[in-house]
Amino acid sequence: MSAEPTIYEISQAGRIGVNLPKLDVPESEKLPADLLRDELTMPEVSELEVVRHFVRLSQKNYSIDKGFYPLGSCTMKYNPKINEDVARYAGFASLHPLTDESGSQGALAVMWQLQEWLREVSGFDAASLHPAAGAHGEFAGILMIRKYHIEHGEPQRTKILVPNSAHGTNPATVTMAGLSVIDLPSDKNGDVDLGALLAICEGPEKENIAGMMITVPNTLGLFERGIIKIVETVHAAGGLMYMDGANMNALMGIVKPGELGFDVMHYNLHKTFSTPHGGGGPGCGAIGVAARLIPFLPTPHVVIKEEAKDADDAPLYGFITPEKSIGRLKAFHGNFGMHTRAYAYIRAYGGDGLHEVSRHAVLNANYIRAQLSSTYHVPYDRPCGHEFVLEGHFEGVESVHALDISKRLMDYGYHPPTNYFPLIVPEALLIEPTETETKETLDQFIDAMKKIAQEAKETPELLTGAPHVTPVSRLDEVRAAKQLVLCCAPVLAEHEN
Amino acid sequence: MSYIPHTEQDRQQMLAAIGVTTIEDLFDAVPPSHRFPKLKMPEALSEMEIASEMQALAEANDHAGNYAIFRGAGAYHHFTPSVVNHILLRGEYYTAYTPYQPELSQGTLQAVFEYQSMMCALTGMDAANASHYDGATSLAEAVTVALDAGRMKRKKVILSPGIHPQYREVVRTYHQGRGLEIVGDAPTNSLAQIVDLLDTNTAMLAIQYPNFFGQIEDLKTLAQKVHAVGALLVFVANPVSLALLKSPADYGADIVVGEGQPLGVGLGFGGPYVGFFGVRSEYVRKIAGRIVGETVDMDGRKAYVMTLRPREQDIKRERASSNICTNQGLMALAACVHMSLMGKNGLKKVAELCYHKAHYAAEQIEKLQNYSIDWSLPFFNEFVVKCAVPVEKINAALLEEGIIGGYDLGRDYPHLKDHMLIAVTETNSRAEIDALVEVLGKVQA
Repeated sequence: MSAEPTIYEISQAGRIGVNLPKLDVPESEKLPADLLRDELTMPEVSELEVVRHFVRLSQKNYSIDKGFYPLGSCTMKYNPKINEDVARYAGFASLHPLTDESGSQGALAVMWQLQEWLREVSGFDAASLHPAAGAHGEFAGILMIRKYHIEHGEPQRTKILVPNSAHGTNPATVTMAGLSVIDLPSDKNGDVDLGALLAICEGPEKENIAGMMITVPNTLGLFERGIIKIVETVHAAGGLMYMDGANMNALMGIVKPGELGFDVMHYNLHKTFSTPHGGGGPGCGAIGVAARLIPFLPTPHVVIKEEAKDADDAPLYGFITPEKSIGRLKAFHGNFGMHTRAYAYIRAYGGDGLHEVSRHAVLNANYIRAQLSSTYHVPYDRPCGHEFVLEGHFEGVESVHALDISKRLMDYGYHPPTNYFPLIVPEALLIEPTETETKETLDQFIDAMKKIAQEAKETPELLTGAPHVTPVSRLDEVRAAKQLVLCCAPVLAEHEN
Repeated sequence: MSYIPHTEQDRQQMLAAIGVTTIEDLFDAVPPSHRFPKLKMPEALSEMEIASEMQALAEANDHAGNYAIFRGAGAYHHFTPSVVNHILLRGEYYTAYTPYQPELSQGTLQAVFEYQSMMCALTGMDAANASHYDGATSLAEAVTVALDAGRMKRKKVILSPGIHPQYREVVRTYHQGRGLEIVGDAPTNSLAQIVDLLDTNTAMLAIQYPNFFGQIEDLKTLAQKVHAVGALLVFVANPVSLALLKSPADYGADIVVGEGQPLGVGLGFGGPYVGFFGVRSEYVRKIAGRIVGETVDMDGRKAYVMTLRPREQDIKRERASSNICTNQGLMALAACVHMSLMGKNGLKKVAELCYHKAHYAAEQIEKLQNYSIDWSLPFFNEFVVKCAVPVEKINAALLEEGIIGGYDLGRDYPHLKDHMLIAVTETNSRAEIDALVEVLGKVQA
């Protein structure tokens, strides 16, 4: 595929890609000249050129709509098309965020109802849709835990336990909230090391423990067998339990985190509830909380202000600021467009359907695990959740690494799994098929993985030189970081002048 | 409705391959006492029923499809060319993930690179990232950069009261655990008063441009004063205004953040929006979020890749200064396509339409009894109207005539009780403006 010039390279002075209306009011006095700019380095292109440019670029992207995307921990399931339509209904898409509550009852109803469904799925006492992404939800949760301790006269509780298998966002979140991390090891079975946990929770740091952040199922794809003991141990030390709910796709109708004793959790609506990832976002990191954290929820929070008078009537929805709120985490009310999509998705499945989603997500992952365990080393070879880890490395073929397997998969038409995460497995490949893939797709992928294993032994250069059929070959990432080029040439030139 | 493809035969074959009898057997590790809870939720609906339910909910709102909108205050009703939505709806963009594998993501990566370029051009900054959640969180992250630039020794952050009230709230939420002194934004403070707060403990001073009241303050000597004490100057800018006005770089800004929503993203009840973030080159390694850089592949072809990754949370873990992971990639694409279509002349024309229409509206309102306009400073497309009756009463009368009126400034600025902030964009026709003025004239004390 040939290189696509940048939009600036296509530009020709004098072209424009849109027709704008004439000024229909008298021109008013102009702004003083010293307030006005004289140069703006923007492209000048026709509408058709813009369309062709971005369509050609789109063809250089891999996407779920094109093929299988088994990217562990990211839950790349099918994004139903109806979701996109409902989010674009004029009443949602062109609603001003500062419309009075009386004029936004439809939107508020969507938010309130979605909160209720998320609450039910997870077994928490309340849910908030305010955070804009999973990491934003983590931040909300940790700020709430911190404020809870301050309100309870224990400001010295500033340490958060984080297992070494945790998402990188977890420790970063702790630091961002002004707290510090206590690293927790995993045992040889891939579970949290209970002995180490107990030693910390009963040791000298006991009074300083603010809580623990744990992913369930964990990032190895495993359900922590000691989960009840973990929750009890941290609670006994006076800490609160945070669950990273990134992997909720494996849990719907399987177990409710709120019932396990967790105090707060975030959901990634863009994972579990099929709101699309959009090349990196937007997301929605809704949170669920136990009763004791409700007063600390971020503002604004959607509630019913007046109950419906009878069955034909609707309640009056509105925003409140919870009594001891941690405050506002973004402007306005959260990524509402994601709320409409998640609402439509949940409506399409109902409660029993969501249970089926998780059952089949887990079935698909275990099927691939079982079929590949004779070809690849699967370090934790026991029933997994919706994802599992294998080692992308073969004895006697030292030149081939997990990254090479990933790159070679591209030649077979697949997006690679997650590479080098979790950090505790060398050469990790974290595979997550999701429930929307057919057995045929899984069989073809398994076949490709087996062929690649064969190639690794016979023709390793096929892997180390891969990919061969993509728009570009492997990139010089070091050069990108050393010789920083972060803007198109005309913009750079303007800066140099 | 279900998107699960499995047949009964598929399930049986898969279970046999795994070596278990039922799907339930795969959940042995889940505590039996809590396994398989019932989900008390309504039954599944068909696609047709979902569409109808959601359409009814959507129409229960007072939206721009059936109301004229004169409300801004941080979210603006602008025209979005049709092409923007058509590109956003391409599955190759919206069903892709973060471009971790650059060979399969050149489309997203190049689009982000072009977006970064356009944001650099608008703001005058040397580098921009691939987006933040929104303008408010961009400002909160700018504080982190300024603290880092001050080697964590400078603990004072000065915010102008002319910054969007919700943005200031977000800064306080983000930094509540950091022992900072966040000052300056008492509602009646002037720019001169906040400049007086500068000292060698100051990490940054932030202003909004145009400010929350739509006004362009006198910024000529500001940077010199901020830099004299070794602090950073941060601008929160409206990107549409930047097509017309001097760039923040011209005023000596070190960091420029803001809300990209007016660039083709739409109102959407407040989100998803797109926070932009631009810096001078010396701070590029301190900023949070994704950045795309240009490089070459093994065959020497030009290509794009996420760069400066070691700053990020997934690598640096607890040593990262921000946890941002998911950003607003698709909204950045929307802004990129929008700016490509508008181009240099279109963006300027939109800004001029906003300017002249807003001034026409202000001049007409000025002629009414009971209303006066704050002409003390030049303004762009939003202006302050002093009213003789409560804003709530005016807005109720406007709503009856199909108009969503201005923002009630008394909510955030007690001294501006009975003051309304009115926004006018290119989408407001002369007829709409005249109707607004007519209703305002009829509302009696």
